[in-house]
Amino acid sequence: MELAVLWYFLVFLLIAGYFILDGFDLGAGVLYPFIAKGEREQAIVRRALGPVWDGNEVWLLTAGGALFAAFPDAYATTFSGFYLAIMLVLFALIVRAVSFEFWAGEGSWRPVWNVCFFVGSLLPALLFGVAAGNVIAGIPMDAQGNYSGVPLLGLISPFTLLCGVFSLVMFIAAGACWLALKAPVGTPLQQRAAKLRLPSQLASVVIFLLLSGWVLGIMGTDGMPDDLILVRWLLALLVLVCLVYGIVLDRQASTRADLWSFLCQSGAAGAVVFLGACSLFPVLVNASADSVGAPITLMTAGASELSLFCMTVILCIGLPLVLVYHVIIYRTFRGRVSDADLEPEMAGQG
Amino acid sequence: MDLFADQVLMSRIQFALTAGYHFIFVPLTIGIGLLMSIFVTRANRTKRPEDDALARMWVKIYTASFAIGVATGITMEFSFGTNWANYSRFVGDIFGAPLAAEALFAFFLESIFLGIVIFGRGKVRPGFYVASAWLTFAGSALSALWILIANSWMQTPAGAELSADGSQAVITDFFAAAFNPSTLPRYGHTVLAVLVMGAFFMMAVAAWYLLKKKHGAAARTMLMTGAVVGVLSTAGLLVFAHASAVEVWEEQPTKLAMMEGMYETEVPGLAAVGIVDEAAQEITALSVPGGTSFLATGTWDTEYPGLNDLAATEKYGDIVVEDMPVNFVFQTYHLMVAGFGLICICLALALIFGRKKGNIQNMRWLQWLLVISPIFPFLAIQTGWLTAEVGRQPYVVYPSTTGPDGVYMLTNTGTSVSVQPFELVITLVLFFAVYLLLFVGWARVIGRFIKEGPVAGAPDGDTSDAGIVSASSPEKEDALVVEEMALEGGER
Repeated sequence: MELAVLWYFLVFLLIAGYFILDGFDLGAGVLYPFIAKGEREQAIVRRALGPVWDGNEVWLLTAGGALFAAFPDAYATTFSGFYLAIMLVLFALIVRAVSFEFWAGEGSWRPVWNVCFFVGSLLPALLFGVAAGNVIAGIPMDAQGNYSGVPLLGLISPFTLLCGVFSLVMFIAAGACWLALKAPVGTPLQQRAAKLRLPSQLASVVIFLLLSGWVLGIMGTDGMPDDLILVRWLLALLVLVCLVYGIVLDRQASTRADLWSFLCQSGAAGAVVFLGACSLFPVLVNASADSVGAPITLMTAGASELSLFCMTVILCIGLPLVLVYHVIIYRTFRGRVSDADLEPEMAGQG
Repeated sequence: MDLFADQVLMSRIQFALTAGYHFIFVPLTIGIGLLMSIFVTRANRTKRPEDDALARMWVKIYTASFAIGVATGITMEFSFGTNWANYSRFVGDIFGAPLAAEALFAFFLESIFLGIVIFGRGKVRPGFYVASAWLTFAGSALSALWILIANSWMQTPAGAELSADGSQAVITDFFAAAFNPSTLPRYGHTVLAVLVMGAFFMMAVAAWYLLKKKHGAAARTMLMTGAVVGVLSTAGLLVFAHASAVEVWEEQPTKLAMMEGMYETEVPGLAAVGIVDEAAQEITALSVPGGTSFLATGTWDTEYPGLNDLAATEKYGDIVVEDMPVNFVFQTYHLMVAGFGLICICLALALIFGRKKGNIQNMRWLQWLLVISPIFPFLAIQTGWLTAEVGRQPYVVYPSTTGPDGVYMLTNTGTSVSVQPFELVITLVLFFAVYLLLFVGWARVIGRFIKEGPVAGAPDGDTSDAGIVSASSPEKEDALVVEEMALEGGER
């Protein structure tokens, strides 16, 4: 039981890792067609993401695998219930993944890969929020825990759509922060990215307040655990402080401020995920009012103690290694993208 | 139409299609990964520009193939939940852990160090660069281990028991589950097979250069590196193929019976070619009497139960002999063996005639043979995989001989109840379209890299020029880029 509680938060930790890391990655992809003018700026954006995007995406696979291992029922219900939505995310991630290497490798199809890159970033950014909104708002399930609503369209409601827009603007803000940090200083690209931070962070604050109000005011806090109430308020405060401090930092034009602005945005993203976790606990998938099946909780969905113990051992070995890899890669490619860095990208033009 | 309304069949088709496609690029990636690492190491040791050019070329080819492998791999991890929800509920206690471990131990390793291999030249010390290439390869080999642990558990479950309410399999011993009876034979078998695939791909590129009379020295280096890796892997493959055959003989009787087309108990021969008439339950084949018996047990006369006798047992009472895809499994198995034979012939010819001053320069037929030769390992790998997966039908979790009681699942009970057939039609069409786009994109990029060839890197030579141009004005370089693109378009 204790292990199931631990894994509840560990799964959300992995999701937070994904939300932070692939967040800026996807956000930069959404901004890409609007912010990068010409092949050279496109190459800068891609070079800013190139060394790290794949590792960032692995956080999703890790979170998915961990959910499968720790809470098989929750994994089975959400992935099959959100079938078409998940498939859209999947196709998006597929074309996005290949667009990186194929763009660099070959010139004449670049417009195709540019579209793939943009769409491949936009759809997941939006749909992850919609999925999270459904888990929070609740879905109809049959007695065996299978989703029993209308495919795809049944997942769209004003609340879930607002959640989708929220994840989209959070990702865009993170993407703008990342590009402002990585693009060569003083270039038009860097300035455009830096200017985009303010509106996207402001929008994040506004939508965050709206969503919080919606959850507290309309949906109510009945199901939420009382013992986590303080933690919830602290996390909500942390989200706001990070976002507002990021907005303050945006006004200073220095690399240091760019870095801290990005870190603030990341902190807000992580805090949002844990806020969601503390509001749901111990539920993994909420049931809607018309649902036959009960909500899926960590008590009903959890794997056996031995399985969770094995997973804990695996994570205790694996996670430190993963963190070391991340230190290596982000240290190796620290600093802004330089002209010399663009050679491999431009070499594709041969 | 009936087909489109059959949810189980559609789910199976989708899984087979996506897994088969994924398994085109995974062998290429792992196979080329080893060769790339060898070339990167050599370039670092000799510091010769021609070795460096070879390393750069194969890093690029590796990267483009890796991208598709990664992209189509996400499909596989998602598909357990999306399309096989009931299966996921049944096996989650055991099956999820290797998937999570694969991501933690393997995917992070390969994707992060590949970032260094692609972009880190000159940013990290040369020794670390070489290590990154090897770590990337190690990551992909590790990922194969974890996913084969998961898949082997479906073939020969172990370290598990049926839960009290009968709703799921529960883990009882992690190491027994991970290293179940078929894990190691199948891992060795698969990894060596994919190394052969990479070796043949490299030999084909080399033979293409010989045909075109380009990059002579580099082509010979590639040819011999490919041939040596190919021969070593093929030799090892024999050992593990044998181990796999023994494992199937001991653990998976209905699979073995289908592989040799056996309906009645007999001493199994080793067929070379043949056909199974499923309606009449008859096999017409050219075979070595007692051959399979000899390979699996060392004796020429050990009897083995046929499908009809197996269906009469309690353990395999679920099978309906008339519905078993006997001819399909028989054919895929023997195509795999035939593919292996062709692999050996090609390797022998390449080794004999490909040495330095060898005759291969003047042997156009052999050059052509090697150019098309990757089709043989491709065929063997795909048909081998089909044998393993279709051979375990109608079970998705197979009740193997030594498997724990009750830990098995029929394929048609494993799908996602909430996924409607029309949704499967939509996604199948999308898979066709997207995977076709991926293939065309990959072929164009790879074709370009091969056409460019292992020429001493433009980037190195141009470093100073590029610096000057970009220092003077970014717009100018933009113009240059556009100009280059225009030129390139004209050239095509």
